[in-house]
Amino acid sequence: MAGPVVFFALFFAYPVVAIVGRGLKDGDGWHLARIGQVLAESGVRHVLWFTTWQALVSTALTLLVALPGAYVFARLDFPGKQVLRAVVTVPFVLPTVVVGTAFLALAGRGGLLDEVWGVRLDTTVWAILLAHVFFNYAVVVRTVGGLWAQLDPRQEEAARMLGASRAAAWRTVTLPALAPAVAAAALMVFLFTFTSFGVVQILGGPTFATLEVEIYRQTADVFDLSTAAVLTMIQFVAVGAVLAVHAWTVRRRESALRLVDASLTARQPRGAGQWALLAGVLLTVAVLLVLPLAVLVERSLDAPGFASYRALADADSGVFLVPPIEAIGTSLQYAAAATVIAVVIGGLAATALTRRDAGRLVRGFDALLMLPLGVSAVTVGFGFLIALDEPPLDLRSSWILVPLAQALVGVPFVVRTMLPVLRAVDTRLREAAAVLGASPWRVWREVDLPLVRRALLVAAGFAFAVSLGEFGATVFIARPDNPTLPVAVARLLGRPGETNYGQAMALSTILMVVCAVALLVLERLRTDRTGEF
Amino acid sequence: MLLSLRGATVRFGGRAVLDAVDLDVAEHEIVCVLGPSGSGKSTLLRVVAGLQEPDAGAVLLAGRDQAGVPAHRREVGLMFQDHQLFPQRDVGGNVAFGLRARGVPRAEQGERVRELLELVGLPGAARRAVAALSGGEQQRVALARALAPRPRLLMLDEPLGQLDRSLRERLVVELRELFGRLGTTVLAVTHDQGEAFALADRVVVMREGRIAQSGTPLEVWQRPADAFVARFLGFENVVEATVTGQNADTAWGKVPVPGDAPQGARTLLVRPAGVRLVPAGEGLRCRVAARTFRGTHVAVRLQPGDAPPLEAACALRAAPEAGDEVGVEFDPDEIVVLG
Amino acid sequence: MGITKKATILAAGLGLVTLCACGSSGGGESGDSRTVTLVSHDSWAASKEVIAAFEKESGYRVKVLKDGDAGQAVNKAILTKGNPQGDVLFGVDNTLLSRALDNGIFQPYEPKDAGRVAPESRADQGRHRVTPVDTGDVCVNYDKEWFSEHKLTPPASFDDLIKPEYRNLLVTENAATSSPGLGFLLGTAARYGDGWPEYWKKLKANGVKVVDGWEQAYNEEFSGSAAGRKARADRPLVVSYASSPPAEVIYADPRPATAPTGVASGTCFRQVEYAGLLSNAENPEGGKALLDFLIGKRFQEDLPLNMFVYPVRDDAKVPADFAKFGPQAKNPQTLDPEEIAGHRDEWVKSWTSLVLK
Repeated sequence: MAGPVVFFALFFAYPVVAIVGRGLKDGDGWHLARIGQVLAESGVRHVLWFTTWQALVSTALTLLVALPGAYVFARLDFPGKQVLRAVVTVPFVLPTVVVGTAFLALAGRGGLLDEVWGVRLDTTVWAILLAHVFFNYAVVVRTVGGLWAQLDPRQEEAARMLGASRAAAWRTVTLPALAPAVAAAALMVFLFTFTSFGVVQILGGPTFATLEVEIYRQTADVFDLSTAAVLTMIQFVAVGAVLAVHAWTVRRRESALRLVDASLTARQPRGAGQWALLAGVLLTVAVLLVLPLAVLVERSLDAPGFASYRALADADSGVFLVPPIEAIGTSLQYAAAATVIAVVIGGLAATALTRRDAGRLVRGFDALLMLPLGVSAVTVGFGFLIALDEPPLDLRSSWILVPLAQALVGVPFVVRTMLPVLRAVDTRLREAAAVLGASPWRVWREVDLPLVRRALLVAAGFAFAVSLGEFGATVFIARPDNPTLPVAVARLLGRPGETNYGQAMALSTILMVVCAVALLVLERLRTDRTGEF
Repeated sequence: MLLSLRGATVRFGGRAVLDAVDLDVAEHEIVCVLGPSGSGKSTLLRVVAGLQEPDAGAVLLAGRDQAGVPAHRREVGLMFQDHQLFPQRDVGGNVAFGLRARGVPRAEQGERVRELLELVGLPGAARRAVAALSGGEQQRVALARALAPRPRLLMLDEPLGQLDRSLRERLVVELRELFGRLGTTVLAVTHDQGEAFALADRVVVMREGRIAQSGTPLEVWQRPADAFVARFLGFENVVEATVTGQNADTAWGKVPVPGDAPQGARTLLVRPAGVRLVPAGEGLRCRVAARTFRGTHVAVRLQPGDAPPLEAACALRAAPEAGDEVGVEFDPDEIVVLG
Repeated sequence: MGITKKATILAAGLGLVTLCACGSSGGGESGDSRTVTLVSHDSWAASKEVIAAFEKESGYRVKVLKDGDAGQAVNKAILTKGNPQGDVLFGVDNTLLSRALDNGIFQPYEPKDAGRVAPESRADQGRHRVTPVDTGDVCVNYDKEWFSEHKLTPPASFDDLIKPEYRNLLVTENAATSSPGLGFLLGTAARYGDGWPEYWKKLKANGVKVVDGWEQAYNEEFSGSAAGRKARADRPLVVSYASSPPAEVIYADPRPATAPTGVASGTCFRQVEYAGLLSNAENPEGGKALLDFLIGKRFQEDLPLNMFVYPVRDDAKVPADFAKFGPQAKNPQTLDPEEIAGHRDEWVKSWTSLVLK
């Protein structure tokens, strides 16, 4: 437990407190009146209202679109299911710079919707909402579908034997069992959309702003740290509340349900209804998720003879001191380091949280671990800058800072993946080992590790993919000239000229393929109880 | 004393699961803690093993206070109720686990695993997967695993609980013989009196976290300390009585008691063998409510008017039919006046 | 884990934090006096050979830290004033200069060749806290093909942009969040003085579109850029840089004979980028050498094709391709940094409520 606590104290709490303190401290005293002043501004109230409104609508839309998908992925067998499940997860780990561009190809000018129906959404709030669906589709499919696949269908059959109609059986047996998972997924989607940054920044234009975007503007553009500090605190409180509710639903979800092997519950679609559902879901996935990704690939291949890809190896392009292709190596290296950190810290935390005698304080830490997901990357980035500036922790220009920031985002995924598996390990197995003379470390290595190895690999893979795509914090951290893939893409997009654009698309495609491959490997490793992601 | 508990107390949410328990186990002794579920006997083992910190009191092993000594440094063995074999290791890996944890050289490990598997009657099973073992085999592997590091004290939690009856009866004899040969000190807990009496040098009966009685199996069997112990041992004929001289007044009328019986308001135990059936009209008048064949004898359930029912043991041939009217007389040699 | 044990660990963790926070200053990687650290924005680029030549001549090793966009780099320098990340900060432009100077992040140094800097680029009269390094012009770019197809003369001045024939053609950036967006606003303020809000009202009435950043404006909305053509963008006028047309040529394969885009020469606002020696720099001598280098002839001539800006040095030669496809604006609008400092926040605020709300 000590490791994760120190890690979060040093690399999360301390920097965030430092930057908030810088904004709210007036000489020696705290300038708390500022809170009231900021809240009284109508612009701020509008941002708060918009943030909440769009998060609620996005969450509802995502559930509406993704729940049929959750059913189809859980209960129906069809060729290419595994690949498709990996594909729908790709947007979730792709950097928003890439996704924004891809999404405009769907809903923007000349996009599919424009071509077919003459509808353009790129300047309306619908673009934001749809992009949120695009991003979070996988969260619902994985969280709800994962459980759905393991619900024993015989429970529903038993209800039908007792005279319940198909609908009644679903409503009285399956729905209550699924409800906590749906609630947890909805809360995660709400959290991700409430703190949405890249999507709103790219698609929202100057008129729409979430709290997160406003914090960014106040910090990075206006340099009004006190307003940013107040907004950060507001967001913190809101996210804390969401996480508290989430923790509660998670606990309820871990209550005993009759679970069976997922491979036993799925079967060939039967009847016109199921075929129609399958077709509908496949069509949604194709239009909403695959098409935008395909546009990226198409644009990267626009230059004849893979010129965009060949240009990546060229050092003289001027945008970087190194050939852009080296960004792949850098990214992989950073992501690997971030994964190691996230797995060690997340693994330790999950282990501590599984201890039978874990008190309420420790269980609270469960929710705290999720907080980095709800704190603006610019806050963390600036916080690092002023907090970690003294030896022995003068890490400001050290390369390790980037993996550290990425690990902050990766840890929650590791914890949420490992926790259910670790909790399923019989405590007495550990006790048996202890009585046989095994130290706690050996118990972990010899009892827990072999049982959770697959979950650990899944967690590591997720942390890896998330680190690979992490953009927000990475771009705020000063670094010598070795950009990661998302940073390189952003920088290429920031320059005029065809080859720059082509290279940006080519790098995005490479990033996408790396993520997809990582996720496909995870699909193979997926165990029955590997958490909600 | 190898093991001493001094006022060991464990509370869960205000309720004392273990209530100021004092217990000694001498070297080479086999002690069996007997009690119904919830009497605190498993907690007792966990406290000794170091898996549960006592809220008060002390655990001493070979005279040394174990406070703050973690489970893996206590050098005691514990065989769990449902074995808890490591599913990811084969039989040999399970048995060798404690040896590896203690850093025993590899060659020696192999030798010891072979020796132990032979000892528990599973020679050559080292490479088998634990999932492929039957219940009795798992039992043996668990035992071999617990014995392998030569623990100072071996603790068994319901060692034979999950096995079928015939296997259980055979194994309990094997176990006693094995422990005697190895000179192992054993602290076992069980809810099955047959198992306890067959295995133990000394039996400790627990009730609601306290020790109700401690003694050799014979002592406990012959002179249960109180009504609880008597009932737990399976005796049905327990009744309130007022003892005066060599007689006691009970709901069954006047019952003769042994000469040295304590006087006054007491609880009386009448062993089934002490209930003698006589022709109807003599003694206490009863109706036969039921009879159950018990192999060596027939247990007859008798209903004496509106007094509490009585259980009698009779020879196969002499057993009356259900519904018969009989008379009952009592044999003072089979009657115990409880404390 | 008991509460006490947990508390101990927390205390230990916090103790460690405090320990780190109170540790002595100095040290770090850049403490080495042979290394000079340049902090810059993400657009920093220079040829390897040029940097190598400086390292060889001066004996210093150059370490470059890229720190977000220009605004972020300045903000971070202010936050870390007492213990800066490097020795020299490059990339403060005239729109942000006052913020940097008012916060005292630079210490004075007059580089060797300061006298060769064109007078119109100089700033901070006589105090030499910053050294101009390059200039660039924010100008409206037009899509040549679109205008020839529509048989329309491209606009040439701010006044043209509010004419009805250019209705719904211009896309610009948010002045509050984008550097060229702010430049364009300052250009109108320089051109019209206090009358700029009137001009913007007309511009708004004429259908100007505002997006958040340059990337969206140029890549997604502007029909003349390579990316915009792919995205079927439909605005033939965009606020970008005078150097964007040459980039469209140089970063095309094969290179076209002429640039596909042009610059509306009367719509330009001159941005000047400065560098300065950071206060409390670890290696001030190295920093001074680096500043000398930044306005040295070699680096100045290397600038255009790396960062698409013009040198400030009067004797630096601009590469032929660059000069040919993107000539420097003749009479750009300029504003005194003090003027910008005095009004920037107020202008941006009224611009926001005028144009965005």
